Amino acid sequence: MPYFGSEEMVKELKRALSNPNVQADRLRYKNYITKVIRYMTQGLDVSALFMDMVKASATVDIAQKKLVYLYMCTYASDKPDLALLAINTLRKDCADPNPMVRGLALRNMCNFRMPGMTEYIEQPIVAGLRDKASYVRRVAVLGCAKMHSLQPNTDIDGTIVNELYALLRDPDPVVVVNCLRALEEILKDEGGVVINKPIAHHLLNRMKDLDSWAQSEVLTFLLRYRPRSDDELFDILSLLDSFLQSAHAHVAVATLRLFLQLASAHPAVQADALLCTSAPLLATCGAASRELRFAGLCHVQQVMRSQPGLFGTHYKRFFCGYSEPTYIKFRKMEILVELVNDENVALVLEELRSYCTDVSPELAQAAIAAIGRIAQTYSEKCLDILTGLLALKQDHITSAVIQMFRDLVWFCPQSTAAVCQTVEACVDSPQDSEALLWLLGEHGDQISSAPYVMEGYIDGLKTELSSAVKMELLTASVKMFLCRPAETQDMLGRLLHYCIEEESDVCVRDRALLCYRLLQRGVEETRKVVTGPKSDPSMSVLTGRQEEPISQWASTFNTLGPLSGCDLCPQTAVISAADQPSSSAEKELLPESTDVTLSSPDDTEEEISLSLGPPLSHETFEKMWLDLEILQRQTMGFPRPRTALDTLQAALQLVKIQTLAFTPGATVPWKAYIYTRSTGTLILAELLQGDQHAPGIDESLVVSVKQQPVNQHAIRGFVSILKGVLQTLNVDSS
Amino acid sequence: MISQIFILSSKGDHLIYKDFRGEASKDSINVFYEMVTALSGDQTPVVMSHKDLHFIHVRQGGLYWVASTKTNPSPFTIIEFLNRLAALTKDYCGSLSEKSVRMNFALIYELLDEMVDFGYIQTTSTDILKNFIQTEAVSSKPFSLFDLSNVGLFGAETQQSKVAPSVAASRPIMSSRGEQSGKNEIFVDVIERLSVVIGSKGVLMKSDIQGEIRIKCFLPTSSEMRIGLNEELSIGKSQQKGYSSAVRVDECRFHQAVKLDEFDTFRILKVCPSQGEQTVMQYQLCDELPCAPPFQLFPSVQKDYVNRVLIFLKLRCDLPPKSTALNVSITVPVPKGSVSMSQELSSPDQTAELQPKNKALLWEIPRFPGGAQLSALFKVDVPGLSSASLLEVGPVSMSFELAKQTCSGLQIRFLRLAPTQTGLSQRWVRYVTHSDSYTIRI
Repeated sequence: MPYFGSEEMVKELKRALSNPNVQADRLRYKNYITKVIRYMTQGLDVSALFMDMVKASATVDIAQKKLVYLYMCTYASDKPDLALLAINTLRKDCADPNPMVRGLALRNMCNFRMPGMTEYIEQPIVAGLRDKASYVRRVAVLGCAKMHSLQPNTDIDGTIVNELYALLRDPDPVVVVNCLRALEEILKDEGGVVINKPIAHHLLNRMKDLDSWAQSEVLTFLLRYRPRSDDELFDILSLLDSFLQSAHAHVAVATLRLFLQLASAHPAVQADALLCTSAPLLATCGAASRELRFAGLCHVQQVMRSQPGLFGTHYKRFFCGYSEPTYIKFRKMEILVELVNDENVALVLEELRSYCTDVSPELAQAAIAAIGRIAQTYSEKCLDILTGLLALKQDHITSAVIQMFRDLVWFCPQSTAAVCQTVEACVDSPQDSEALLWLLGEHGDQISSAPYVMEGYIDGLKTELSSAVKMELLTASVKMFLCRPAETQDMLGRLLHYCIEEESDVCVRDRALLCYRLLQRGVEETRKVVTGPKSDPSMSVLTGRQEEPISQWASTFNTLGPLSGCDLCPQTAVISAADQPSSSAEKELLPESTDVTLSSPDDTEEEISLSLGPPLSHETFEKMWLDLEILQRQTMGFPRPRTALDTLQAALQLVKIQTLAFTPGATVPWKAYIYTRSTGTLILAELLQGDQHAPGIDESLVVSVKQQPVNQHAIRGFVSILKGVLQTLNVDSS
Repeated sequence: MISQIFILSSKGDHLIYKDFRGEASKDSINVFYEMVTALSGDQTPVVMSHKDLHFIHVRQGGLYWVASTKTNPSPFTIIEFLNRLAALTKDYCGSLSEKSVRMNFALIYELLDEMVDFGYIQTTSTDILKNFIQTEAVSSKPFSLFDLSNVGLFGAETQQSKVAPSVAASRPIMSSRGEQSGKNEIFVDVIERLSVVIGSKGVLMKSDIQGEIRIKCFLPTSSEMRIGLNEELSIGKSQQKGYSSAVRVDECRFHQAVKLDEFDTFRILKVCPSQGEQTVMQYQLCDELPCAPPFQLFPSVQKDYVNRVLIFLKLRCDLPPKSTALNVSITVPVPKGSVSMSQELSSPDQTAELQPKNKALLWEIPRFPGGAQLSALFKVDVPGLSSASLLEVGPVSMSFELAKQTCSGLQIRFLRLAPTQTGLSQRWVRYVTHSDSYTIRI
C-alpha cells in the first residue's frame, strides 16, 4: 500500500541514518533501523536506503545485524550491485569465532536471491558443511538447496550430493532432516532423495531423537520406501507403533499414512492402525484450535469412506457446539448422517432437528438436507420432523423441506402417500416453486388441491422471473392435464397461449410449442411421452454408500486435498506435473494415478490407456449420468460373469475401471455403474442384465456408455477392454 | 514447505511478512485478505487456493496467522506450526494482541528467522530458541507503582497474597533478564473444556470433557519437576464403576518429554519444564461425568396475549456451595420477527437484552454461586405470532467459567521441584473449567 508522503519519510530516514551524531548513539541508531523495517513490513518501498543499511551491518550488536540482514535479503534482488558491497562483511562474519554469527551470516548470504551469488556462497557453504557447530551445519545444508535453486538448470554438483548423503549420519537430528530436504530439492529431476534400505533403517532408528516436526517429515519421506520382505515390514511397523498414539496430531496422522501405504497388502494391519489412530483423530476433532478441529473432521470423513463403523460409537462427539463456526458444523452434520444406525437414529434426529431453526439460513437448510438424507432409510421418523418444520412458515425452511420431499418421493416411492398428504396441507404458501411444481405434476392425482395451486402460479405468470420455474410449470401442467383434464384444461390453455405468444425467453417458448404439438397428437400419444416411471428404486443403489478400498483415499490422506474438497485433487496433480516443487515425490506418492496401458485383446490394434484419477462421489456420478446422453449401447452377447461381485470389482480395478455401485447378485434386472478416465475424458457406463425393454435378450449383458467430453476412440477402447475382462471372468468361472 | 508467513490484523494491516523462498509475489498478502473477507458463511476459510498458491491460516488473538505454500503439505503440520508460532509469540511478548505484535515485530522476525529456514521448520522449542533470541520483549503494559495487587500490606503474608493474580502469567518469559521484577514462578494449570447436551426433560444426553495440564514456566534454568495427580486416578473404561469415588479418564496422552516411570504406580509425572507454556498431558472423558452437570434449567414457554411470548427461566447451579461460576451468559433463541422485550430479573447486576439480528435474547449473570437458584421472566413481543413459532424458542445455550473447579475431579496432589533448584521459586496451581458448548433443549 502506498502511503501518503512516503518519499518524505524515506528522505528523512536517510538523513537520520547518515547523521554521524545518530551513528554514534547506538540506541538511537538502532531505533531508526527498526523504523525502516517497520515501514518495509507495511509495504513501503524503502530500497533507497540500501547503502545506509549496508553500513549499519558492520556492528557487534547481533540483534541489529539480524534486522539489517532481513532488510538486505528483501531488497537484494532489486539492488544487486549494492548488495555485492555487503558480501564482504558477510564473508568476514562467516569466519567469526561465534557460531551464532557464522550461522546467521551464512544463512542470510544464501538468502540473497540474485544472479551471480553462487560464486560467493559456494566456498562458505562447503566450509559450513564441515563446521564443528551443528547450528552452522544446519544452515549450510539448506544453503546447498538454496544455491541449487539459484541456478536450477546447471548440472548437479556430485561432490556436494555425496557430502550431503554422508551428513545423513550427522549426530544432530536437524542436520539429518535438513539433508533429506536439501537432497530432495537438488535431485528433484532424478526423482528426489533415494531412500534405500540402510538409509531407511538409519532414519527409523533416529526417529526417537527427532522433534515432532522432523518426525512427521521423515515419515513422509519413508512413504517411498518399499520393504523387501514381510519380516522387514513388520519390524518397521512395530518400531513405529508408538507414534500412532503421539500427542502431536501431525505425527499420529503421518504415521497412519505410512502404515496404510506400507501395509497395503495386509488389510488387517491397516484396520488395526486405523483403530489405534481413531483416538488421536477424535481428540483433534475436539481440539481447542478450530482449524485443527476442521482438519481432524475432514480426515475422519476420509477414514469413514472405508470404515464407516469405526466412529459409530462416538457419534455424540460430532454434535455441533453452539459457538462453532458454520464450516465446522457442516462437516459434523455430514459425518452424523453417515453414522446413523438403528440405535442412535432417534438421538441424532433430535440433535439435527435443533439445528433446523438456527439463525443462519445456510445452516438450517443443511440440517434439513441432512434429515432428508436420513429419511431415505428411516422415512417415517424424518417425515414427522420435516412436516413439523413446515408449521414454522419460514421461507428458507419450507423451501428446503419441499426439496427434500421431492427427493424422498423419487427414492422411496413407499412414502409418496404420506408426502402428498403433507404437501396438501401446506401448499397455501408455496415457496420452492420448482420442487413443489414437480411434486404437483408427478403426483397430482393424490393431491386434491393441486390444480388450484397451479392456477395460482399460472395467474401470477407475468411476474415470475425464473425461466426454470416456467418450464417446470409447463411440464407439470401437461402431466396434470393427463390425470385431471376437466379441472386443468382451461388454465393449460391460458398457460400455453401466454408462453407461446408473449414469452420472450426462447427456451420457454420452445417448451410450450413442444407441449402444444404433443397435445395436438392426442392424449394417448402425450401420455406415452410425458409420463415416465414415477421413481426409480434402482437409483437408490447410487445413494447407498459402499465401503471403498483404503487405497482410494490413502494417497491424499494428510494432504490439503481433504480440507479443500475434491477440487484441489486434480489441481495439485497439475501442480506436481507442471511446476517445480517435488513433482517426483508427488508421483511416488500417488501410485494409482499412474496410467496403465493395455492393448485390446480381440479388437483392432488400437491402444488406449485408462486411469482411475481422483474418485467420483456418488452425487457427481448421478448428476453426470442424468445430464449426459448415451453415446453407445452395445449388447455383449454373453451373460454377466457368475463370479462373486468382489472379484468382478477387483478385476475391473485391475484394468483401472472403478466400480461405483451394483445391485446385489440375484436381483433382476441386475445393474452396475462403473467409470474410468482416459486421456482427458471421463467415461461412465452402466451394465445391465435382464432389461425389461428388450425381453428377448435378457440373458445377455448390455453396456450403455456415456462420456464427457466425447472421444469415440476412447469409447471403443474402453468397451473392448471391458469385454476382455468380462470374458476372462466368464471363462474362469465356468 | 512454506513459501511465506505473514500475520495480518483483523483490518488487514500487515504486521509481519517474511518470504522464505521467493517463489510467490508479495502481492499475495492482499490476495489472501480479499479472499478471506469475501467468504460467505458456509465456505471454509482454513485452506484457500489462488492459482497454484495455497493459503493455510489460523485465527488467534484476533489476528490472521497465514502460511502460503506451493506444495501439498500435511495440513496438520502447518496448522499446528502456526498455532505454535502464536503460542511462542505469546510466551515472548506476554500477551497475544495486535498491539503486542506491533510493538515486538523485531522480536517476532527474529523468532521466525530461527524457526523456519527456506520454508522448512527448524525448531520450535523454547529451550533452543532462547539461546538465539537477542531482542528484549516490549511489554504492552507499562510497569505501574500502583499495581500492588499481589503485595501484602507492609509485606505481610495475607490471605490475599496467596492467590496468584490472574494477570501474573501473562508476561514475557524473557523479561526476567537483569530485571528484579522477574520472579521464579511456575504455573500449573488444569484446564477443562466441558461440552454438554441436556435433553428436553432434563436428561443428560451428552457430556464430554477435554482436559489438559498446562505448565507455564518462568524459571531461568530447568530442573526436574514432579507433579502428583490423584492416586486413585484410573484410565480407561473401568469395570467396577460405582463402588469407589475414583477419578477416571477415558484416555490420556502426554508430551514426549514427560517421564512416566512413576505414573503407573504413584500417578506422578516427571518433567523438566522449559521456559514458556507447554501442555504436558491431555485427557478426555466421555459420557460419564463424576458429578452432576453444573447447571440445570427449568424453562417454561407460553403464549401470552395475541402477540407476546412469555419465557420463564429458572436456573439452578449444582456446584458445591463454595465454588462460583463466573461470566455466565445464557442465549435463548426467540421467534423470528421479535421486536421488543421486557424482563424481570432477580438482581441488579444481571443484564438481559434482545438481539433481533441473531433472533436471540441474551441473559448475563456475572457471578453465580454454587447451590443458588435464579429466575427470570422475559416477555417478548412478536407481531404475527403463531403457535408454531413457539417451536423456535430453544435450544438454550450457555457459556460460563468455573474457577477452582474441575468437572472430572482431577487434582494435583503436589508439585515438587528438584532440590538442586537455587533461589526461591513460587509454584501456583490453578484449576479452571470452560464451557466449550453447553446446550439445554426446551
